[in-house]
Amino acid sequence: MGELATEKHVQYILSVEKKKDDFQSVVMEHLRMNGAYWGLTALDILGKLDTVDADEVVSWVMSCQHESGGFSGNVGHDPHILYTLSAVQVLALFDKLDVLDVDKVTNYVVGLQNEDGSFSGDIWGEVDSRFSYIAILCLSLLHQLDKINVEKAVNFVVSCKNMDGGFGCTPGGESHSGQIFCCVGALALTGSLHHVDKDLLGWWLCERQVKSGGLNGRPEKLPDVCYSWWVLSSLIMIDRVHWISKEKLIKFILDCQDTENGGISDRPDDAVDVYHTYFGIAGLSLLEYPSLKPIDPAYALPVDVVNRIRLGKRHAI
Amino acid sequence: MHGRPRKPQKPEEAEASAVEAAKLQNLQSQLLANHHQKNYAKEALEVSANLLEMNPDLYTAWNYRKLAVEHYLKESSSDIVSIEAILNEELRVAESALRQNVKSYGAWYHRKYILSKGHSSTDHELRLLGKFQKLDARNFHAWNYRRFVAGLMNIPEDKELKYTTDMIDTNFSNYSAWHNRSALLAKLLNQKAEGYFPMEKVLNEEYELVHQAIFTDPDDQSGWFYHLWLLDQTVKANPPYLVSSWPPHSFNVALSRTRCLDNHTPSPFCSFYSDSGTIPLILYFDQPVQGVDSSSVIVKSTANLRDLIWKPLSKCNRDTSKAWISHLTFPQEELNSEFYSVEVSIGHSQKIASATGFHHVKPTQISFKVAVNFKETPSEDFGNERIRWKDENFTSCGISPHNFPFGSDNSTSEGDYAPSTSEWCVETINNEIALFRELLSETDCKIGKLTLARLLMAHAATSPHANEMIQLEEVLDLYQDLMKFDPSHFHFYKDEHSLVLLQKVTSTRESLLRHCYSYKEQTSPYIDSTACLRLNNLSISRIGCVEKILWVQLLDLSHNELGSIDGLESMQLLSCLSLSNNKIGSFTALEPLRLLKSLKVLDISYNEIGSHSIDTTRYLFSSPLSHSEEIDLSSDEMATNCTDLASYWEAYFLFKDISLMQLDIEGNTISSESFKAFLVKILPKLHWLDGKQVQ
Repeated sequence: MGELATEKHVQYILSVEKKKDDFQSVVMEHLRMNGAYWGLTALDILGKLDTVDADEVVSWVMSCQHESGGFSGNVGHDPHILYTLSAVQVLALFDKLDVLDVDKVTNYVVGLQNEDGSFSGDIWGEVDSRFSYIAILCLSLLHQLDKINVEKAVNFVVSCKNMDGGFGCTPGGESHSGQIFCCVGALALTGSLHHVDKDLLGWWLCERQVKSGGLNGRPEKLPDVCYSWWVLSSLIMIDRVHWISKEKLIKFILDCQDTENGGISDRPDDAVDVYHTYFGIAGLSLLEYPSLKPIDPAYALPVDVVNRIRLGKRHAI
Repeated sequence: MHGRPRKPQKPEEAEASAVEAAKLQNLQSQLLANHHQKNYAKEALEVSANLLEMNPDLYTAWNYRKLAVEHYLKESSSDIVSIEAILNEELRVAESALRQNVKSYGAWYHRKYILSKGHSSTDHELRLLGKFQKLDARNFHAWNYRRFVAGLMNIPEDKELKYTTDMIDTNFSNYSAWHNRSALLAKLLNQKAEGYFPMEKVLNEEYELVHQAIFTDPDDQSGWFYHLWLLDQTVKANPPYLVSSWPPHSFNVALSRTRCLDNHTPSPFCSFYSDSGTIPLILYFDQPVQGVDSSSVIVKSTANLRDLIWKPLSKCNRDTSKAWISHLTFPQEELNSEFYSVEVSIGHSQKIASATGFHHVKPTQISFKVAVNFKETPSEDFGNERIRWKDENFTSCGISPHNFPFGSDNSTSEGDYAPSTSEWCVETINNEIALFRELLSETDCKIGKLTLARLLMAHAATSPHANEMIQLEEVLDLYQDLMKFDPSHFHFYKDEHSLVLLQKVTSTRESLLRHCYSYKEQTSPYIDSTACLRLNNLSISRIGCVEKILWVQLLDLSHNELGSIDGLESMQLLSCLSLSNNKIGSFTALEPLRLLKSLKVLDISYNEIGSHSIDTTRYLFSSPLSHSEEIDLSSDEMATNCTDLASYWEAYFLFKDISLMQLDIEGNTISSESFKAFLVKILPKLHWLDGKQVQ
């Protein structure tokens, strides 16, 4: 299976950043903020964040902020909670949260909470439990969680729980590993994991591992490297990660590497992209693969970044 | 990018792609310009429609169209025809975007947004959904949209249930349909809708339906979780009941500072000593319940007891729990020894209820005696002697099963803790057992083995007169078998196996007594009278059945494979605990200890604390990470410095709540000299650390 082609992946991530004119880059232009988060977090896990000019990134991130306090996916696009979180996460990576007008960002997120505790993604009102996680995480990073109604937010997430122990987009929605990650993450960040039936959900999640060692997102679906993150982090948060074979999963992720040009794909021999490259590397970090920085399963940021923010000196005293 | 093969582009492909990219780039620039200029002219709208057909995920373009819709709706005021035309055009754009990418969140939401405006006919929606759901019967966006449309059109739940039946009949391998079925059925059962009451008849039919799926292809997961859900509905349809308590029925408690009440010292298994005037009172139910308080639990005593405050034995859950605790404080001022009787009764009110809404209805009474004697007051100074976890320190407890007051086969008339299972429930489980045995006789499959194991456990729990031992042996064999059969999930089966093993150990007085010991140490009169249980060397990876061992004060769990000690928080009498030689990966895994206020001696030597970069219990532990605890140095008069605190925060949060006198920590990666110095600082009462006396 070979080893992690660290150098190649670093080169690949840096090259994606520069490539702006091919079709895929244009299609993804509106979510460049997500791309920045994926690429930069992957670099940090690989120990190579210093290859990036922090000031340049920070000033670009700030150029995506709107009057409302929210951030857009790229310059000229509309603000959305998805990109607001990515922006805050990127600033957190560089220890640059102090450039933010915290109240402004907080007000934007707080303003998206609905009467039933759920969150809209933006002013247009789409509701999804993903946005609950994003709001809670964003405010946690800013030490502003007390600004929303946490109890109602938690109740909404719990109302998305299903018979299989998993969670859907909205009440009644089918369980999906990505959605489960968001809901379990939201409950983890609010000290509410007692709402999760850990054995039931753990069984559902561990059965996502298929013969090849890869993980799928729902029953009877194909495996995909991105679920190395969604499923693994959920299993870790509920302390059931030992229920899958870590060795087999490591092999599957490594098999999805493009060892020639760098990058990781959804399945072996498919085309690589920065999204799967990040989730593959983050997955390996969760699997305690050697010489990778550990990543936090709930904050989706390196553990040292999270500890600095949540347990660091300036907040302890 | 999903499912695209990795191959270098041919020159002609690269060229075509570059042309497309330029076209898309151009459209995107135009869109952003129109958006910023609020240009909603027809040509500008055309640009956005073309763009969304090429790139349906471009959220700003959808936003732009919504703004345009608002703009035109304002202009058209109340002209129904033009309003409909505006909205229908949006439905058309959304539909063609969905044809391009049926997983586009933006396109589906745009459709929802437009429909929510009213005015549009919803008839077309079901037809459209029919098409999309035929193309991909598992598309969760389509299913979500279907639920939305059903709500908008007030389609009754049983009609939608029928749709899931049709989908399953077409192809049983449709997890999405099974899921939707469970959600709809749960609602119908809950409403006791016509045709869905009584529940028993409905569930019987559901069992039949899911059997067809599982028996057709046992390896297809579509029906697995539905079957487990049905089993859960079957079992949960019973009211909660009290499984155990401490003190147990007809027990004697001695409150004294010395060990000898009279001239003889009764076995610690038959009485309990406390040197304070307070004893815990613990109620343990078969399922999590709420509503335990001083009105739902009546405590009568010849002693004058104050109103009791009940708390769930769980740190984060403030409402429901299997285990509830209160404290009884007895008067200490009397000069003469006193005997008090205590009577605890529950079941007189409907207040205690399970999460599924069933009430504890069975009247249950526990009575026990408390002897208070504080006239001799030479307080014993416990803590100066070191507890050694060596075999030679433990001798057989020498008690006959007949005199042993614990164990589930020990029910007496008043404290007869027994489930009130419905006949239907027992019959259903029996039928299922027979069917799955049949399946296994035809084909060797993991879901067959796993389900049979679960059914046998459900049977043992609901039929108290069954021959539990034989069934538990069979379940243990099934899990052993599964570990070999499906090695990827080895530890899942291993954990289940551990729980069953503990059930076996605790199921009878005889088997439990084999693990009961007396601690022998000449110098330690305190420990001499401690109820000891040794569950060492059993290869268990998880704790269970704590309700049967609530009385244990010294517990030896060494030489197992424990990575988690969940459940131990209910063992409120524990004062000495050994977890030596296990697989504890971090201090956060010891969270349950934070609720054990009597714990004095802890051995966690030879574990894996500090060896893992990823902590799997990081979020099951109360800390600032989960907003469930704050660092508050101002109130802690400790000489810790911040560097220590940043590196050892888990140990800090864990130990600040327990006043340990003895701790063994060697054989863990974290155990350095600086860490030990930190421990000494945060554990002011510590007397022994790694076998050495603390200076």
